Amino acid sequence: MIAKLILRDKEYESKPGMTLLDALKKNNIVPESVIATRDGEMITDDEILRSGDVIKLIAVISGG
Amino acid sequence: MRQHKLALCKDHFLEWIPEQTERFIKKYEMFTHEQKILVAVSGGKDSLSLWDILVRLGYQVDGLYLALGINEGINYSHESQRLSQKFADENNLKLHVVDIEKEYGKNIPQLSVISHRGEGRPCAVCGLAKRHEMNRIARDLGYDVLATGHNLDDEAAVLFGNTLNWLSEYILRQSPVLPSSNGLARKVKPLCRFYEREMTAYAILRGIEYIYEECPFADGSQSIFYKEALNQLETARPGAKLIFYLNFLEAKKSGNLFIEKNVEMQHLHPCPRCGQSTSTPDLCSFCRMIEKANATSTLL
Repeated sequence: MIAKLILRDKEYESKPGMTLLDALKKNNIVPESVIATRDGEMITDDEILRSGDVIKLIAVISGG
Repeated sequence: MRQHKLALCKDHFLEWIPEQTERFIKKYEMFTHEQKILVAVSGGKDSLSLWDILVRLGYQVDGLYLALGINEGINYSHESQRLSQKFADENNLKLHVVDIEKEYGKNIPQLSVISHRGEGRPCAVCGLAKRHEMNRIARDLGYDVLATGHNLDDEAAVLFGNTLNWLSEYILRQSPVLPSSNGLARKVKPLCRFYEREMTAYAILRGIEYIYEECPFADGSQSIFYKEALNQLETARPGAKLIFYLNFLEAKKSGNLFIEKNVEMQHLHPCPRCGQSTSTPDLCSFCRMIEKANATSTLL
């Protein structure tokens, strides 16, 4: 089963066993621009993604 | 936090941010506990976090919310005002609300259309009105200092934009502290050394409810474009944004930001061996390298 990354209304897929950092890069998401949470808890870039994970990404950039 | 080579648990992170803020307030001599501070809040993560931090540090601080009348799409202004008021109420804090339309008869998008400023976007008018009103309210209500929630990403993006366009005057003016002058309030940016990502983490971990959606007019803005570009750089070279900003502050402080051409040329002299200009004493770097290489090969 894949791990899922959700950023705003977009979904991305990733292989379990990868680090969050690698999964973000593979999906062309700039790691510095997001914060990741799993089950409401913040996780760090070196966290290994597990099968069935749903990772909610929070965009950090604001301004205009 | 790869830029600091530091990893903290939730509790320590929530202690670390206020401690560092206090350090920056003292380092840049922003204000004291005896002064009255007005923090400009937008309902976003940075300004509400700044208010939270300053209160926790024991400063005398009230909030100012400017109702801009931007209610396209997600009802942006209403929602950001609601969240600012909610934060103030939950923490027993005083929030001044100034409605631009009530004060001047027109809201920001209307002023933008009428004044023909900003090429169809109200951002220029919005920035102008915010700066003017923040100054006016801080001065009229007798506050000593106006604090804004600008973080390092904001500052680095401004510096990056001004550098790309060589706007020397703007570059020289950029600072964590802008002293009061000619009717302008003293302005400070206590979060100017925190990454935007750190401030987002702080707001989330502290449980501060902030407006997550962007201003409907921010999409495609230049500042966001610069931030994204700097984040690409940061991902490849952790610490790049911090070094860019801190080295700028250091160069400005030491007077090395802009070196006069003739000052630079004064240090150059012809190398006694090859005749090319050099700033090193005696032989130029190339001739010294060759001399050293020849001396080493003689020994081999």
